[in-house]
Amino acid sequence: MKVQAGAAVARSHAHGAPRGFWRTYVFSVDHKMIGKQYLSLGLFMALVGGFTAYLIRWQLAWPETEVPGWTYVEPDFYNVLVTMHGTIMVFFVAMPILLGAFGNFLIPLMVGAPDMAFPRLNMMSFWTLFTASAVLLASFFVPGGAASAGWTGYAPLSGDPIHTGVNWGLNMWLLALALEFASFLMGGVNFLTTAINMRAPGMTLTRLPLLVWMQLTAAVLFLLSVGPLIAGAVMLLLDRTVGTAFFAPERGGDPLLWQHLFWFFGHPEVYVILLPGFGIILEILPVFARKPIFGYRAIVLSTIVAGALSFIVWAHHMFVSGIDARLAVPFSVTTILISVPFAIMIFSMLATLWRGALSFATPMLFALGTLATFLIGGLTGIFLGSATVDIFFHDTYFVVAHFHYTLFPAALLGGFAGLYYWYPKMFGRMLNETLGKLHFWVTLVSFNCVFIPLFVVGMGGHMRRIYNPLQYEFLKPMQPLHEFVTVAAIVLLLGQIPLIANFFWSLVAGARAADNPWRANTLEWATASPPPHGNFATAPIVYRDPYEYTAPGVAEDWLPQHVAEAARLGVQQSAA
Amino acid sequence: MLRWFPENISTFGGDIDAVFSLVYHIVGFWFLVTEGFLLYCIIRYRRRSGRGAAYVRGEQWSELAWVLVPAVIVLALDLSIEAAGGPVWARVKEERPAGGIPVRVTAKQFNWEITYPGPDGQFDSADDLTMDNELHVPVGQNIQLTLRSKDVIHSFFLPNARFKQDVLPGRTITAWFNATKTGRYEIPCAELCGFGHSGMLGHLTVHSAEDYQRWVAEHWPAARRARAAAAQAAG
Repeated sequence: MKVQAGAAVARSHAHGAPRGFWRTYVFSVDHKMIGKQYLSLGLFMALVGGFTAYLIRWQLAWPETEVPGWTYVEPDFYNVLVTMHGTIMVFFVAMPILLGAFGNFLIPLMVGAPDMAFPRLNMMSFWTLFTASAVLLASFFVPGGAASAGWTGYAPLSGDPIHTGVNWGLNMWLLALALEFASFLMGGVNFLTTAINMRAPGMTLTRLPLLVWMQLTAAVLFLLSVGPLIAGAVMLLLDRTVGTAFFAPERGGDPLLWQHLFWFFGHPEVYVILLPGFGIILEILPVFARKPIFGYRAIVLSTIVAGALSFIVWAHHMFVSGIDARLAVPFSVTTILISVPFAIMIFSMLATLWRGALSFATPMLFALGTLATFLIGGLTGIFLGSATVDIFFHDTYFVVAHFHYTLFPAALLGGFAGLYYWYPKMFGRMLNETLGKLHFWVTLVSFNCVFIPLFVVGMGGHMRRIYNPLQYEFLKPMQPLHEFVTVAAIVLLLGQIPLIANFFWSLVAGARAADNPWRANTLEWATASPPPHGNFATAPIVYRDPYEYTAPGVAEDWLPQHVAEAARLGVQQSAA
Repeated sequence: MLRWFPENISTFGGDIDAVFSLVYHIVGFWFLVTEGFLLYCIIRYRRRSGRGAAYVRGEQWSELAWVLVPAVIVLALDLSIEAAGGPVWARVKEERPAGGIPVRVTAKQFNWEITYPGPDGQFDSADDLTMDNELHVPVGQNIQLTLRSKDVIHSFFLPNARFKQDVLPGRTITAWFNATKTGRYEIPCAELCGFGHSGMLGHLTVHSAEDYQRWVAEHWPAARRARAAAAQAAG
């Protein structure tokens, strides 16, 4: 009853259908349009981030040669590239796509709500992110260039322009981050309020699709962790602009303070990205296995435990940073313990496939690809979680390869899985399967060809953020690997052309999508493709769990959440 | 896998590599189990006509055991990694063997300034020797490092010694290593420190005991002064 009352109150706030171009496509308050805006922004920033990767890779393979389509990359610009690549990919690609696009588009639909709880706040959060992106991109063009102190912005390198020669670029980087945080704070409040207060009647917490659970956990992690970093960013900005000395040791400040503030946020942030990526593939696996998710409650509990643990692991980024050496082992233990809830999640995904009836449409291929590659990312984290092994691996390419194996599957492979799966719902058209499969195989193979060799390079002791590996005798033998990696990276980037072509071609010429093309159970498939303003013609009522596939005694192999009575096997037989 | 590593030349490097090997075998086991099972499911349970999926929700303990028992094994293996790694960490980073050769490393954009205390064993005295990027040590002796930075954070990295320690402005960090093999090795900076980060490179020269004495005699100022005085007296 309480849920129904909440939903009724929320519905009374529902806004009218938008009129006119500006209200429909630009300053929209409809969560679906805002989701698409996040998606467009995220994909655009991915092109920028991808281009920085191309420049980085070219410089590493063929140092100090002219980059085709560009010019020579200078050492200080190389540092700009690594800084901006990380910043863009984490904050302006992964988060906008996974939280902004999928969270916004799916949470109201999946919980059976007509829109977000705070539609205008939702619009504001997008336009705040848009402003943040504009500020970040503009920072490339100010005198002194863009930020070059790494995406982690370690002080005092970032604390005083004398160390890098970058003045306004770094201030703008901090401003862009602050705006981005504000944007996702507003978004997170919206996600939480919507998913808790605006659930359709019958949508109990244990009937919530796992994607919603993952988005909620991510929102909570972000809300709880970002405060210290916002404080840190303001302190750093004050250090830079008015000469405070929070991080300046010569005047009583402490450089390590920044690292604590950054990583206290930084590690939960990893799960802010991972969990929504997991949420996407957890929706896709049961649909294409025609089988309930294995261990729903175990997965939800593991998610919450992993999220809670993520607050007490941050110093694993700082094992050799100069913290008290006695801190390393406790943080190493908490870090490695995170493998237990993640193991439960992964094993549950595998058990979902076991004895399923798997079909391999493009969304499923990307979901399986996410699972297969994330495993490598998760497992290699064990090496780095061991403080002892980290003495050697810290700040080497082993770390680079490891976190690309966690974030690329979650954000991009998972994001692509979600795009192929929900594109019909978003745009009312199906994506082309042949192009989709081409995109999948090229992406999967070339991604592994990029990052497997980087583990090897890391084992060779290769430091990160090195402009020219040929300056070091011990790195020279690894140069052929760098060349191979760069070729694979170029293939990976070019491999996105089928997606871009597919995306735009299908928008106008794709086959019309049915309301429920994948025969899925969750509520977003209970309405038209694309859903009308207000989402549901009649407010849905939820009768059961979200993953009732191949339920015993039911005629069809799926049983949507909103359908009151299933066609019974016996009934159908007697009718026939 | 260890063949990809740089040659180990420190007393504790072998222990670190052994922990790596332990993790490698544990992780390799899980890699084969999970990827193997995934591949098995993809092939064995692909959709075929006439066979539907099983209805398994994994909500009962008897079913959940298939997930929870492996998770307990994960936990046990995790703890074995910590049990093996903890003492090695303590040996490298917490315990400090007594005695040996003191050397001070002062990092600055973009050089390692290496200071030897001279015959009196005291830093900041007249007989100190300071040179850029050249760390000379005898084999088989504990090298007592004092690490400082003049500007930003750097990271003192000896790939061959499996040694890494960030160097912070405003702090003095002490550390040690003990080289087991003579030769000349590289000392890259492992923490982004500015436009010259790439190429911030020193060299570690590990001498045999006699060689080291010869190097001290040639280079340390006291020795040089004594030699100059002797030459003057002779002249």
